[in-house]
Amino acid sequence: CPPPLLTLSHISGISMSPSRQNSRHSLHSTTALPKTSYSVLSAFCTEGNISQCIAYINQEVCSLGLTGASLESKSGNLSAVPVLNLLYEVLQLQRRAQRALHELETQQLMNGSDLEHLQHSNCRLKDQLEHTRRENSGLHEGERQLQLKIKTLHNCLKSEKEEVQKLQSIISSRASQYNHDTKRKERECTKLKERLNQLLMDKRDKKLSIEISNYVGRSDGKRGLWKTSKMEARHEGEMYRALLSDYETRQRSLMMENSELKKVLQHMKKDMIAILSPKKPCVQPEPADDSLEQAVSEGEEETGDCCRESLEQSCEQAREQLTNSIRLQWRKLKSHMERLDSQASLVACQEREGDEMMSRKEQEDEMQRMRLELQQCKEFIHMQQQLLQQQLSSPCDEETAALLNDCYTLEEKERLKEEWRLFSEQKRNFERERKNFTEAAIRLGHERKAFEEDRAAWLKTQFLHMTPFVDRKRPALSEPHSALAVSTEPEAKLQSTPPLVTKSQSYSVFSTPKAAPVKMPSTADLYRTLHLIPEKATGKCPSGEMLTKSRLRNCSADCSVISLVRDENSPV
Amino acid sequence: MNFSEVFKQSNQLCKVSPDGKYLATCVQYRLVVRDFNSLQIVHLYTCLDPVMHMEWSSDSLFILCAMYKRGLVQVWSLEQPDWHCKIDEGSIGLVSSRWSPDGRHILNTTEFNLRVTVWSLCTKAVSYIKYPKACQKGVDFTADGRYMALAERRECKDYISVFVCDDWHLLRHFESETQDLAGLEWSPNCCVLAVWDNCLEYKILLYSLDGRLLSSYSAYEWSLGIKSVAWSPSSQFLAVGSYDEKVRILNHITWKKITEFEHPATIINTKAVVFKEVEKRPVVGSEDLSIHQLTVDNSLFSTQSKYEITQLPAQVPVIKPDPDRANPKIGISALAFSADNRFLATKNGSFQVQSLFWHCSGSSLVLLSKEHICLCYMEAEEEK
Repeated sequence: CPPPLLTLSHISGISMSPSRQNSRHSLHSTTALPKTSYSVLSAFCTEGNISQCIAYINQEVCSLGLTGASLESKSGNLSAVPVLNLLYEVLQLQRRAQRALHELETQQLMNGSDLEHLQHSNCRLKDQLEHTRRENSGLHEGERQLQLKIKTLHNCLKSEKEEVQKLQSIISSRASQYNHDTKRKERECTKLKERLNQLLMDKRDKKLSIEISNYVGRSDGKRGLWKTSKMEARHEGEMYRALLSDYETRQRSLMMENSELKKVLQHMKKDMIAILSPKKPCVQPEPADDSLEQAVSEGEEETGDCCRESLEQSCEQAREQLTNSIRLQWRKLKSHMERLDSQASLVACQEREGDEMMSRKEQEDEMQRMRLELQQCKEFIHMQQQLLQQQLSSPCDEETAALLNDCYTLEEKERLKEEWRLFSEQKRNFERERKNFTEAAIRLGHERKAFEEDRAAWLKTQFLHMTPFVDRKRPALSEPHSALAVSTEPEAKLQSTPPLVTKSQSYSVFSTPKAAPVKMPSTADLYRTLHLIPEKATGKCPSGEMLTKSRLRNCSADCSVISLVRDENSPV
Repeated sequence: MNFSEVFKQSNQLCKVSPDGKYLATCVQYRLVVRDFNSLQIVHLYTCLDPVMHMEWSSDSLFILCAMYKRGLVQVWSLEQPDWHCKIDEGSIGLVSSRWSPDGRHILNTTEFNLRVTVWSLCTKAVSYIKYPKACQKGVDFTADGRYMALAERRECKDYISVFVCDDWHLLRHFESETQDLAGLEWSPNCCVLAVWDNCLEYKILLYSLDGRLLSSYSAYEWSLGIKSVAWSPSSQFLAVGSYDEKVRILNHITWKKITEFEHPATIINTKAVVFKEVEKRPVVGSEDLSIHQLTVDNSLFSTQSKYEITQLPAQVPVIKPDPDRANPKIGISALAFSADNRFLATKNGSFQVQSLFWHCSGSSLVLLSKEHICLCYMEAEEEK
C-alpha cells in the first residue's frame, strides 16, 4: 500500500527516487536499497575522499548515537571490524526503525479504521437523532390532537349528561303522571268491581225512569219531527250551509282586505311616481337626469297601466304586474334617494375641498342674486312705509298734498265718470221709454175717446136695431166696424197699421156682446201689449206680428172675443 | 259599596238566571228562588236529597237539581210551581247532569262514564250515547246550540261524535288523531272544533264541522304539553297555554303560530304595568288591646290591601313545584279573551286565582281567589 511507503520515506529522510514511491514493494524489500540506487551511493564515496567519507560517517554515527567505534583510518586502510560493527549497528537501528515504523503503520491503520468507524457511527447517530427528533415532534402533534379530542369528548359527555338529566326529569314527570292516571283508573276499576258485586248480590234492581207531571212544549214552539232520512239529509244540508256561509264570510273579508291592500299599493305607487317626477327641474344638471326622465316616462306609462289593473282585479297577472310595478318604483325611488344622498355628500365634499368651482360659483352667484333681491325688496318696503307715513301724517306742502289727493281721487273720478256715463245712458233710455209711454198713453186716450164715441154710436145703432128699421142700419153698422173690421181683412190691415192693430186689440178686448161694464185693462196687460214687459207664460218674446196673428186667429173663429183676454195670458 | 244581608247556601250553588231576573240558591236540599232586584223569595222547592249541582235552563224557565248520591235529578218550573219532574238513573248512578242548549233536554252522565242518557222534557224519547270519555272537557255545545261534540273512547282509541241537538241525530262520527283526548271546544262561529291531547303530548287538532281534519299543531314534544285553550270571540285566534309557561296564538287562516307570549319571572318589558297587592295590617300596640277597642274598632283585625304600581324590572315570586307530583302547578292554567277581541288575560304559575273572566263590555277583568275578588279596569283609549 502506497501511503505507508510515502510516510516511511519521509520519516527516514532518505530521498528516494519518484519511481520508488509508486512501486508496490513489501516493507522488507523497500528497506533494502535496490540496485538502481547504487549509482547514488557510489557517488558518495570515491577513491579520493575515503578519509572524508570516514570522517563524515564518524560524524553521522556520533550524531546518531551509535557506540560504534569511530572509524580510524590507519594507513589509509579501513579495518573491517569497526565497519562491520557500524554496519551491524546501523542495521539494528534500521530494524528498530522498521519495527517502529511497522508499529506506527499498524497504529495508523487502526486509527484510520477507528476514525472511519467513528465517522460512520457519527453519521448514524446524527441520522438517528434526526429521526428521533422527527418522531418526537410527530408524537407531540399526536398528543396535542388527542388532547383536543379529549376536550371535545368531555364537552360531548357533558352535554349528553345534561340531556340525559333532562330526559330523566321528563321521564320522571311522565312516569308520575302515568302513575297518577293508572292509580285513578285502578281506583275506578275497583269501584266498578265493587259495584258489580253489589249489583249481583243486590236483588232489587232499580230501573231508570223519569216521572214527569206533564210534558213541556219545545223551546222554539215547533212540533217535533220524526227521524227520517229526509231529516238526516236536511241536517247534512244545514251543516254544509253553515260551513259554506262561514267560508263565504271569510272569503269576503279576505277579498276586502285584499282590495284595500291593493288600493294602498296603488296609492303608494302613485305617490312614488309623483315623488320621482317633479324632481326634474330642481335637480342639478347631471347625466343622471336622463335616467330620471326615463323613470318619469316609465311612470307615466305605469299610470296608464293603473286603469287596466283596476279592471282586472282578480287576475293573477294583474296582481303580479302591480307588485312588480311597485317593486320597480320602489327600486327607482331607492336609487334616486341614493343618488340624492351621494349628491349631497358630494356637495359637502366639494365645499370642504374647494374643487369643482363651477357649481360652487353658481351657488354663490345665486346667493348673491338672492341677497340683492332681498335688499331691493327691503328698500322698496322701506320706501313704501315712508310714503305711507307721509300720507298718514299731515302733508307739509299743500300743493303736493293736493297733488297727492288728486292722484288718489283720479281713480275715483274715472270710476265716477264711467258710472255717470252709464247713468246718463240709462237715463236716456228711460226718457225714451217714458216718451213712448206718454205717447202711447196719449194715443190710448185718443183711442178711448174714439172708442167711447164708437160705442155710443154702436149702442145707438143697436137700440135703433130693435126698431123695425133694420135695412138702414147695415151700412151704419159697417162704418163703426171699421175699427173692428180686423176680422174680415186681417192681413192687409196688419201690414199698414201695426199700432192700429194693437189698438184694435185693446178694443176687441172690451167689445162684449152683452152690455157688460167696460173692463179697463190692468197695467200689466197694457204693458204686455206694449211689449214693455215680457209675456208671463212664454220664455221667449215672440214677435208682435206673431202674437197678433194668433190673437186674430182666435178672434176670427167667432165674434165673441171674451176669450182673447185669456189668450193673451196663455201661452201661444 | 252596599251589601245585602247574608244568605245561606251550600256547595257554592248560587246562580243568577240567564235573563237576570232571578237568583237561585241551594241550601242543603232546599232550592230558594229570589227576585234579583228585591231579593224577596219568589219560590221555594224541596228536593229529595242534598243538592250537589244546580243549573238554570237557557230560557230561565226551569231549574235542574242533581243529587249524585241517589242518582236523582229533579227539575222545577218557575212558571208553574206545582209542575214537577224527577229523573232516576237507577242503579247505574249519576256523575254529572246538565241542560242542553234548548233547555228541554237533560244530559246525565252515569257513573264510570258508562253512558250519557239524554232525557227529553217534551217527548218520551230517551237517547243513549255509549262510551263517553271522562276527561277535562269531553262535551261541548256550539254557541248557537245546534250541535254537540262528544268525545268517546272505544278500544283504546279516541273518537268524536257530532250530534244535532234538535233531535239528537248523529251527524258525524270520526276518529280523533289524539293519543289521549283531554278536551274539545267549538269555535264561536261554530265551524271549527279544537281538540287537544292530554299533557303528556303537546298536540292540538282542528276539525271542521263535517269531520275533516283541517290542521294539527305541536310546539314541542316530550315535555308536558297543553294546559288550557281559549278561542277569541271572533274565531280568528286560538290561544294555547302550556306547561312551559308560554301562550301560543294560532291564526284561523293558516292555523300556524303567529305569536307567543312568555311569562318570565322577571318582567323587564317597558310597556308592561305591574300591579302588586300590598297588604296593610294596622300595627297594634300591646297597650291598646282592650276589649272595648276590639269591639268598637272592627278594622283592627281586617287587613286592607291595595294595588300599587311597582317599578320595572319587577320580580314575580315563583314557587317551584314538586317534580314528583302529577299535574304540577306550573304553566298557563287560565286564559280569557275580552269580548271585543282586544285583550287576553292569562294566569301563570301557582297564583291563587281560581277564575278570571271579562265583563261583557271588555272594559274590566274580574279575578276570583279563595277569599278575594278583584276588579281590573282597562282604560281604553279613545279611537280617533
